[in-house]
Amino acid sequence: MGGISIEGPKILFQLPFFGGLNITETVVTSWLIILAVFILCKFLTHNLEKIPTKKRQQLAEKAVIMIDKLVADTMGERNMAYAPYIMTLMVFSLLGSLVSLLGFRSVTADLNVTLTWGFITFVLIWRAGFKANGPKQLKGLLDPIPVMLPMNIIGEIATPVSMGFRHFGNVLAGTIISTLVYAGLTIATQAVLNIAFPLFAIGIPAVLSVYFDLFSGCIQAYIFGMLTMVYVSNANAPEEA
Amino acid sequence: MERAIILAASAIGAGLAMIAGLGPGIGEGFAVGKACEAIGRQPEAKGSIMSTMFVGCAVAETTGIYSLVIAILLIFVNPLLGML
Repeated sequence: MGGISIEGPKILFQLPFFGGLNITETVVTSWLIILAVFILCKFLTHNLEKIPTKKRQQLAEKAVIMIDKLVADTMGERNMAYAPYIMTLMVFSLLGSLVSLLGFRSVTADLNVTLTWGFITFVLIWRAGFKANGPKQLKGLLDPIPVMLPMNIIGEIATPVSMGFRHFGNVLAGTIISTLVYAGLTIATQAVLNIAFPLFAIGIPAVLSVYFDLFSGCIQAYIFGMLTMVYVSNANAPEEA
Repeated sequence: MERAIILAASAIGAGLAMIAGLGPGIGEGFAVGKACEAIGRQPEAKGSIMSTMFVGCAVAETTGIYSLVIAILLIFVNPLLGML
């Protein structure tokens, strides 16, 4: 496409299992993020004190309390067991989007990642439903009349798919628009000033980056966690008498 | 020749698909307007209004994102060219 290349994540190497398992940029970046989060957690939580005096313990407590409060408000006190998963999801999603600021490819700009998270949410929804209602949960698929069964099944499958596509689409759109703007500014520099150095591409795309990388990344992480909480807490809502 | 026709049709199709961007724009604008009204009426409930609004906006955005994914597929991946 006219010298502009927009591609999926590159395949870095292959593992010799199952007839060649492709290891892409996404997998490598994900493991780097996991490593970074692990080191961060170790750093924030070593030598804990009962009454915090150090800045880093106060920071860690603040973050945990914030997520606990969010989960308690959205899912109710009965679902506090989900708080660690929600925090993991939000932190991973946030760092996965923000990693593009360091020059990596966003982890969340790969449909495999977001669709997997959507699938986890799907499993959690059904697990919560079965725990709350038992086998009666399957009867919900026949509501209001049994003829609606195919529609209800499509509706259930659409939930994780739409969650995955939403996050993927938002991040990928930012990546593509940034790439196009960089290419356009390079061409414009050549046309106006007739030099090979892309002078116009300095500074101007930063405005876009603030929106697409920072704002969009934060909002999407928040929304993905929020939607997971809403769906799961709907699935095991106490029956209204 | 066939290739050119398919490429042109894909470009037009991608453009047409993005018309779906209208819907989320109108819907989200409406939601944000109502949220502003609600905050004006009850400033102390700002936090919960904002979080509800963001989730609602995200759900309203879904159709727009679907059309975006289709447009991206048509332009950058183009599965139709493989059918020649």
